[in-house]
Amino acid sequence: MNITANLLQKQKKRILEIWMQNQLADSALRDDLMTNDELLKQSEELIDALARAVKSGNIDNIFAAEFDQITEILSDVSITRARQGFSPRETGMYVLSLKRAISTVMEDEYKDQPEVLYKEITTINNLLDQLSIITFETFIKSREEVILRQTDEISEISTPVIRVWEGILALPIIGTLDSARTQVVMENLLQEIVNTGSNIAILDISGVPAVDSLVAQHLIKTVSATRLMGAECIISGIRAEIAQTIVHLGIDLSNIKTKASLASALQLAFSMSSVEVRKINKNTGAGLIR
Amino acid sequence: MDRIPILKMGPYLLVTIQVDLYDRLALNLENDLISMVSKTEAKGVLIDISAVSIVDSFMGRILGNIASMSRIMDAETVVVGMQPAVAITLVELGLTLQGVHTALNVEKGMELLQDLIGLYGGSNEDEEGEPDDRND
Repeated sequence: MNITANLLQKQKKRILEIWMQNQLADSALRDDLMTNDELLKQSEELIDALARAVKSGNIDNIFAAEFDQITEILSDVSITRARQGFSPRETGMYVLSLKRAISTVMEDEYKDQPEVLYKEITTINNLLDQLSIITFETFIKSREEVILRQTDEISEISTPVIRVWEGILALPIIGTLDSARTQVVMENLLQEIVNTGSNIAILDISGVPAVDSLVAQHLIKTVSATRLMGAECIISGIRAEIAQTIVHLGIDLSNIKTKASLASALQLAFSMSSVEVRKINKNTGAGLIR
Repeated sequence: MDRIPILKMGPYLLVTIQVDLYDRLALNLENDLISMVSKTEAKGVLIDISAVSIVDSFMGRILGNIASMSRIMDAETVVVGMQPAVAITLVELGLTLQGVHTALNVEKGMELLQDLIGLYGGSNEDEEGEPDDRND
């Protein structure tokens, strides 16, 4: 194996050159996402690390300590590439084009020793295949992390609790209510009730596309939990078709305060907390007094 | 044996639960509270559970029982300061504590009790007269 290690050291310049050529020749390379200098530096580091690892004699087990540095570099590369928006193809080509570069150099070097050439190329192929699998694994993993983070963000964003008046909270629900979301909604609402010391919470479901027995069950749970905390809950935004489904499904919402619109729910909330909103008549205001 | 103190304040009984309730303690509380209600002829019971972070179905049932028993003896029960996590747990357990009045904190709970009992105006004799008798 030391043949390959020596070759990697000796011919480092040439391999790097061919590798860079290969990478740059790929028409799909996004040079807008990464400068050539950066690419060169990255590639050189990887070849150095590879030469060191191969020199140790271990070429089968890429999980051994000698390969730590390589896997680290590759993970770094694929994670940054996944975040920068490189395609999987580009990321995969990064390692695979190194394989081609090394093969080319080896072919030149051992032209007259076909046996050695065959053996060395096979081993280096196996090694680089494994490395490219690692690259892919980390690439996909970091993409999944991005997706997971976005999912979290969406569920955070989609359940805002708004303080509409002193002691009155509103919670517009947009999108389908499932068990996981109800849990988040409930927790946010209850926590906000504690934080603000509000007496009344308005749950607006005009953004909920459909209400089935499960969604109704979730709503009833939220209302009960709010009541246990010592606050009143009003459900608003019940559209005609939702009212129809609720009655057809035989769901009993009779002990829950329901209103057709957020405005009327707010009105009810005002009267419950003895607040009155009046229109001031500007023209007659002064005249009536005297 | 551990006991949870029950304070008498005018026509009300005040209970603040500062520790996590275990079954024995909860049963004791139920007994003590009901005998206190009958002894003092209290009109309202206020239970503050803001420091309780763990509940189970038993504890939920005890709270419901206390409320029903007090109701029969003509006293209203208000449970105040329930933690969000506790409320969610109780709902998931299917214990919505129907018949128990709730409030956000002790202050609002007291207001609610006063509203419930309607002790405005005619209450003065009661409030002044009764405590002296009991304290002796």
